[in-house]
Amino acid sequence: MPRHPPRAKETLITISLTAPAAAAASPEAGRRREPRSSARRRPDRSQTRIGYIFVSGYTVLLLAFGILPTLYAVYLSFTKDGSFAGVDNFVKVFGDYRFLPAVAHVAVYLVFYLASLLVFVVLLALLVHGLGRRWLSTSYRFVFYIPGALAGASSVMLWLFLLDPTVSPVAFILRGFGFDNFVQTVSVDNLPIIFTVIAFWTGAGGWIVIMYGALNNISGDVLEAARIDGAGPVKTAIHIQIPLMRKWISYMAVMSLAAGTQLFVEPRVLSQASKGVVPPDYSINQLAYLYAFRQGDFNGSAAISLLLLLVAGALSAIFVFRGGLFERD
Amino acid sequence: MASQHRRSRLVPRIIALATGIAAVAALTACSGGGGDAGNSQYGFDAAAQDAKAPITVWVDSSREPIANAFKAANPDITVNVETYDGNSGGSDSFKTKVALFDQSGSGWPDVVFSTQQNDTSWASKSNNGGQPFAAVLNKGLLSDDFLTGFTKGANDPMTVDGNVYGVRNDLAPVVYWYNDTLMKQFGYDVPKTWEDYQALSDKVAAEHPGYILGSVGDSFQGPYIYYWGAQAPIFQVDGDTFTSNFSDPNAEKATKLIDHMLANKTLVNDSVFGADFVQKYSDKVLGMPGPAWYSGALFQNKDSLNAPAGSWGAADPLSWSGSDKVTGAVGGGVWYGSSHSTNLAAVAKFLEFVTSSDDAVKLASGLPAYQSAADTWLTEQASSGYYVGDFKSAITTAASSVWNGWGYPSFSAETAYASIIVPGISAGKTQADLVPQLQKEYDNQAQVQGYTVK
Repeated sequence: MPRHPPRAKETLITISLTAPAAAAASPEAGRRREPRSSARRRPDRSQTRIGYIFVSGYTVLLLAFGILPTLYAVYLSFTKDGSFAGVDNFVKVFGDYRFLPAVAHVAVYLVFYLASLLVFVVLLALLVHGLGRRWLSTSYRFVFYIPGALAGASSVMLWLFLLDPTVSPVAFILRGFGFDNFVQTVSVDNLPIIFTVIAFWTGAGGWIVIMYGALNNISGDVLEAARIDGAGPVKTAIHIQIPLMRKWISYMAVMSLAAGTQLFVEPRVLSQASKGVVPPDYSINQLAYLYAFRQGDFNGSAAISLLLLLVAGALSAIFVFRGGLFERD
Repeated sequence: MASQHRRSRLVPRIIALATGIAAVAALTACSGGGGDAGNSQYGFDAAAQDAKAPITVWVDSSREPIANAFKAANPDITVNVETYDGNSGGSDSFKTKVALFDQSGSGWPDVVFSTQQNDTSWASKSNNGGQPFAAVLNKGLLSDDFLTGFTKGANDPMTVDGNVYGVRNDLAPVVYWYNDTLMKQFGYDVPKTWEDYQALSDKVAAEHPGYILGSVGDSFQGPYIYYWGAQAPIFQVDGDTFTSNFSDPNAEKATKLIDHMLANKTLVNDSVFGADFVQKYSDKVLGMPGPAWYSGALFQNKDSLNAPAGSWGAADPLSWSGSDKVTGAVGGGVWYGSSHSTNLAAVAKFLEFVTSSDDAVKLASGLPAYQSAADTWLTEQASSGYYVGDFKSAITTAASSVWNGWGYPSFSAETAYASIIVPGISAGKTQADLVPQLQKEYDNQAQVQGYTVK
């Protein structure tokens, strides 16, 4: 008798958790059913009109804050004082003594960040998914997700305390690494790791939840077949689950790459908080900011932004095509 | 797009200019031709004036009271007081915002307070084709009588080719602060020269280890107190030429002094504003060279050293024997008027009020730059009896002996110092190891900012 109520609750949670996953698992089924029934009720034209209305808000914002500024940046980057300047701005930016160090900083950070994200998010998602107890798995996902609710700048504020050995609750760890004061902790060599830790802490939770959804998507029949063939959890993960999650993993890589190349808030806040020990020109985006607002050179700034866009675009293309993001099943 | 901006800005400016000329012509016709008319009466192209136009004033939070006091004292002038970060720490928000207003061709504030001294480098120049933001103040806007009332050299950082672009709010000359109680207890004399200071450091290190004579843990102490005070030519501007020379004998003296005292541990690498400085050193500081505002920021601040009355004193600034008796300076805010203002009369009135009025003395948080205000302020401070010794004389001497060879280019000396020297020292390197790198960074920054590096 006493066992029943908890069990009932468990099943409830299971239902609420699996429902969206199930819907996602059979999108064809849902799609097939809906259009048919609605097609009978409504004429096609008004439906498309509604569609346009729904999408218009996004399109207007995309044009105003995405496409047009990009085009303006393209225009700015090839001109100087309103007249065509060829690649002068790009040459100038390449020749800037701060440019290559900034590129190196961001590249090293991306390597650390993407590697840790790919390895640990997949691993944690598999572990959480493998947990037998539903309530435990739910609580883990919730805990992982909490830091993601903090906006970039405010999470850096929190890290400012954690990283300062004089006030940090984990000062003993910092001192263990030989960092006795804040200046030593945030020395330039440590920054890629620090930014990786901050970014992982804020961003990984959301991805774990998404990966969990992807894992739920894998049909139970496949897993059961694997189990019958004698595959343990590790073999199942390597041969069944990870290959089937490939699209989600490359989606995560593309999104994180885009976010990572734009590294700005973290070094900027850290630079201000460390009174300049973290240089104000650490990342590429910061350099673009300095160009525009400290030197009044909007053209050079646009050139940097455009370079960033091209490189991030090219790298994303690799993930998109190698990861089969746009392939249909 | 940029050319379009310029064209669209040009038309209203021509109209404004024409109406301005017409208005002035009409006025001179009425007054019978008295006074030298014309838009160049201030030394720049002023906008059409309207004596009733409201003025917008940007201040940091510490300057908000004085702006409000002006508002209360002048009910006939509409003043919009807006607070911003005051450009502190070289944040460049002043420049950033003006750059955007220059792009849009409108929206400039009428008066701006900045905690930095190098804004004149860009505010006195045309940026991207617009009119320079800062109004020339000594060509008709403010009277010579008023301007000569400033402490000698106070407005030097804002003076380019004889044009004064801003008026100094406060001065921050470096004096020598000493803990009278401890010095007497240990039987030491207050140092008068940097040589004395270094000799004292050896004595302290041997006899009373753990006690300190200063800090270089912030980015301002090194350049502004030790190098500036030694007349080191590490940050100089002459027109469009920037020079930084750390191998000059004066610079080497400062470098060696810092290394010597870091080695004997009487100079520490902790920020004086850091949480652990107070914890570690509140009763261990024997003395330190520092700006006048250490008074309120460290000694009389209950969150900092919180010294009991009668324990600390200010002495004349340290100098190198055989050299000029000069000192450095750490900051001191500046007020700018906008050349785009439509109510320059109110702007002039405001600038005079905030620097020289009785309210300015009452609300001053540091040594006022206006001589008469400074005298009143110093007398008040001295009569409170908080500091031992001749506080007034020490500060006054320091205020008039700031070395004028230090440059004010469009970038801060602190940025590179913070990212190279502070972490370098913390990692165990010496000042001498690091200064070549610092000089290179200064040269690079100057080049990027468009200076010729020599």
